[in-house]
Amino acid sequence: MDTFYTDLLCVGAGLAGERVAVAAASAGFETICLSIVPPRRSHSSAAQGGMQASLGNCCKGEGDCPDVHFADTVKGSDWGCDQEVARLFAETAPVAVREMAFWGIPWNRVVPGKGIYYKAGKEYEKIEKREMEGMITARDFGGTAKWRTCYTSDGTGHTLLFTMDNEVVHLGVTVHDRVEVLSLIHDGQTCMGVVARCLKTGKLRVYLAKATLIATGGYGRIYRETTNCVINNGDGTIVTLDTGIVPFGNPEAVQFHPTGIVPTNILVTEGCRGDGGTLKDVNGERFMHIYEPGKQELASRDVVSRWMTHHMRLGKGVPSPYGPHLWLDIRHLGAHHIKTKLREVEEICNEFLDVDPITQMIPVRPAHHYSMGGVRTNKDGAAYGLKGLYAAGEAACWDMHGFNRLGGNSLAETIVAGRIVGEKISEFLQGYEVDFKTSIIQAEVKKQQEKINNLVSGKNGKENVYEIKAAMGDELMDRVAVFRTGAELQKAVDNLQVIYDRAKRIGLSSKPVGANPELSMALRMPGMVRLALCTAYGALMRTESRGAHAREDYPERNDRDWLKRTLAYWKSEDDTLPTLEYEKPSKVWELPPGERGYGSSKIICTEDPEICTPKPETN
Amino acid sequence: MGRTLKFNIFRFNPEDTAAVPRMDTFYLEETDAMTLYIALNRIREEQDPALMFDFMCRAGICGSCAMMINGKPDLACHTKTKKLPSEITLMPMPVFKLIGDLSVDTGTWFRGMNEKVQSWVHTRKTFEPHAPEERMDNALADEIYELERCIECGCCVAACGKANMLPEGFMGATAFNRVARFMMDPRDERTNDQYFEVVGNEDGIFGCLGLLGCEDMCPKKIPLQDQLGVLRRKMGFSQVKHLFKAVMPGK
Ligand SMILES: Cc1cc2nc3c(=O)[nH]c(=O)nc-3n(C[C@H](O)[C@H](O)[C@H](O)COP(=O)(O)OP(=O)(O)OC[C@H]3O[C@@H](n4cnc5c(N)ncnc54)[C@H](O)[C@@H]3O)c2cc1C
Ligand code: SF4
Ligand code: SF4
Ligand code: FES
Repeated sequence: MDTFYTDLLCVGAGLAGERVAVAAASAGFETICLSIVPPRRSHSSAAQGGMQASLGNCCKGEGDCPDVHFADTVKGSDWGCDQEVARLFAETAPVAVREMAFWGIPWNRVVPGKGIYYKAGKEYEKIEKREMEGMITARDFGGTAKWRTCYTSDGTGHTLLFTMDNEVVHLGVTVHDRVEVLSLIHDGQTCMGVVARCLKTGKLRVYLAKATLIATGGYGRIYRETTNCVINNGDGTIVTLDTGIVPFGNPEAVQFHPTGIVPTNILVTEGCRGDGGTLKDVNGERFMHIYEPGKQELASRDVVSRWMTHHMRLGKGVPSPYGPHLWLDIRHLGAHHIKTKLREVEEICNEFLDVDPITQMIPVRPAHHYSMGGVRTNKDGAAYGLKGLYAAGEAACWDMHGFNRLGGNSLAETIVAGRIVGEKISEFLQGYEVDFKTSIIQAEVKKQQEKINNLVSGKNGKENVYEIKAAMGDELMDRVAVFRTGAELQKAVDNLQVIYDRAKRIGLSSKPVGANPELSMALRMPGMVRLALCTAYGALMRTESRGAHAREDYPERNDRDWLKRTLAYWKSEDDTLPTLEYEKPSKVWELPPGERGYGSSKIICTEDPEICTPKPETN
Repeated sequence: MGRTLKFNIFRFNPEDTAAVPRMDTFYLEETDAMTLYIALNRIREEQDPALMFDFMCRAGICGSCAMMINGKPDLACHTKTKKLPSEITLMPMPVFKLIGDLSVDTGTWFRGMNEKVQSWVHTRKTFEPHAPEERMDNALADEIYELERCIECGCCVAACGKANMLPEGFMGATAFNRVARFMMDPRDERTNDQYFEVVGNEDGIFGCLGLLGCEDMCPKKIPLQDQLGVLRRKMGFSQVKHLFKAVMPGK
């Protein structure tokens, strides 16, 4: 058995994993990053639009500061976030963006003088100040009071990840790509590392580490229609949930993005609407101004996705063989703008739709996009329940997003959390020793080997893994999506329990030599269904509407009873449902619950004096 | 109506001691807007679950899925079947180490390339967290971004005659593009001489045959030819300087 020892093990080499690795390696700690794919192919590379930081350099961002960014983030979260974390985030984001500039990001810059921009389909003029020439500029995104999203054309995730990996190469951090983590090694108190499978040879390996970081990104692939890449299966969330000790925070908080293209669900960035693109219906007419006179197309994603779904329910969708959709229109932005600032969008439309966005409209509809929920951590990134276990990035529920994440706040989170959590892990590692218990390691390896053997021999059954995956994806897509009701959620839970039972009886139909892909999927499949069950059950129990969680049978945001974060545990392997516990989302209420300013909602107010009265930040 | 597509797919699993390389044939009914991503996944899910290939973003942005499609390297995810004849032959890319079937190890190769060209901003400055950023002209930022768009897919490498002769050694057009990107970036303090150390040799720009097999193959349409030209010129000058130093020491 190949066994590797290190101070820090980063499970995941996307932006979050690599930023933490850079911090620990810079502090002199030995660090290994694991990734299913070469690090630069991690899903962070697919982010297009940009990253939020309140630099306030461009004229439409004037007066911006961390206070405004903080307030936008809390409102976006529909008061579901941890305000201490949101504050820490907003304060650190400008530093993180400048640091990335220092490492080589070619951020788009302020060009002084007159320029035109579009909002809600109309043309406006702006004048950029001479003294700001060459400073990092920003574009408009949904749910923000200022233009705050820093970008490199529409390849922001790509440039960020390449630059971050350049630092990883520069520091000589070890990366083992094509390695898939299967489980955590722990004794109920302390995390000691992982059991993993090499995706070149198919062999099991052990990694022993003083600190282990989960940075495996989102788990969108539990849904049938998602913008997420094909490896966003939630492995990191699965392996922590499997401990029975570490909770999965807010599994029901799932974001749908307004503009997935139809039929492939590839994303076209919010930058399209930020730069002035509009949404249109079957009659070629705009509609967002009817529902959201203020922010229109640029309300937060949850709100826009709901109105789009509502509008299609009214019969205003464009019929297609793939079901109704709406149009995204960026034609008026002009060829030059599209060819310089929305290049990937142009390429995606040309190559995947045969649509020329300069002259034609783009077919879109809401698709699953982002997982606000994840491994629950404290503000240092330390996971609840196990010493030496951390999480960062989309995999974590650090919880600056609550029930809806703002566009551009996720890339920012990966870098900001990576920076902060990386420093905290370095402090933790200082002088820390852990006793790697051989018996526990061996037992865990044996357990994983047995799972593999059973799949190969078909001991538990002969269920087909791909059929189960499809059934799970349908269930979530049809019943746990943009709008939810108690009856449908109950059905989803019932059906998913049946699917879960089948998932325990998967058998392979191919010969498992080397990096067999069927085995990879089969190993994680029961875990994926557990994530799906947490999502559906969490949503069923939450009898209110908050952010992306919209219950038609409970339309009001209920701060009296539901100003809570869900903590889902999978306590025993034999359980068929998670155990749900709840905690207050925040210790600090710098911004007491109120109106978001978009998305009509009734609010049942809380009477908790601790929450109602604004309080200064505590440190 | 729909065509029946015939796929000839290279099969070899190096971990299977009994295996020998072979071609397998699969048939699929073509569907509307079918891409090789859709086709290969259907083959795996419906016909042969052991078939190895790589996809990630399935949107032409992560560079995972390059393979030889009827003899030419390209991204499988953005290749529509309707642009191909009804018989489609898929092979793994050459140069890179085979993992199995259509899957090759681009990760190790590109990490090596990034180490060789020292793909990071070289600076003696230290980051000042609370100082404003250094300014940059937006036009320059755009130019750097243009070269930064390489997704390390490996198509240019697979198409390169020289890289096929020297799979471990020759850096390939992707490396030259990377060097050109840093040369253009004022934040990088390397001198032409330092760049010369990196690419001014037979594994680098002087080994390049200049036949430009690479350029037409880049799915991101990066102007590789221009970058080769830039490097040649700059490195040419550096070389003359080096020679000069050698002939007239002390100069
Ligand atoms: C199409 C798209 C566009 C987006 N655009 C934007 C945007 O414009 N702005 C914004 O702020 N956000 C955007 N987002 C969200 C943002 O990109 C992601 O939330 C963020 O990049 C996640 O980064 P990460 O480091 O947490 O995870 P990822 O980048 O997803 O990395 C996960 C890593 O974990 C590894 N991994 C997974 N499972 C295992 C395992 N079992 N063993 C070992 N390693 C494993 C993977 O190989 C990978 O290296 C977008 C998301 C999508 C889907
Ligand atoms: S021009 Fe140079 S890099 Fe390009 S294919 Fe020919 S030898 Fe390779
Ligand atoms: S230069 Fe083009 S072909 Fe070569 S690796 Fe980069 S993106 Fe691929
Ligand atoms: S799968 Fe990402 S480029 Fe093809």
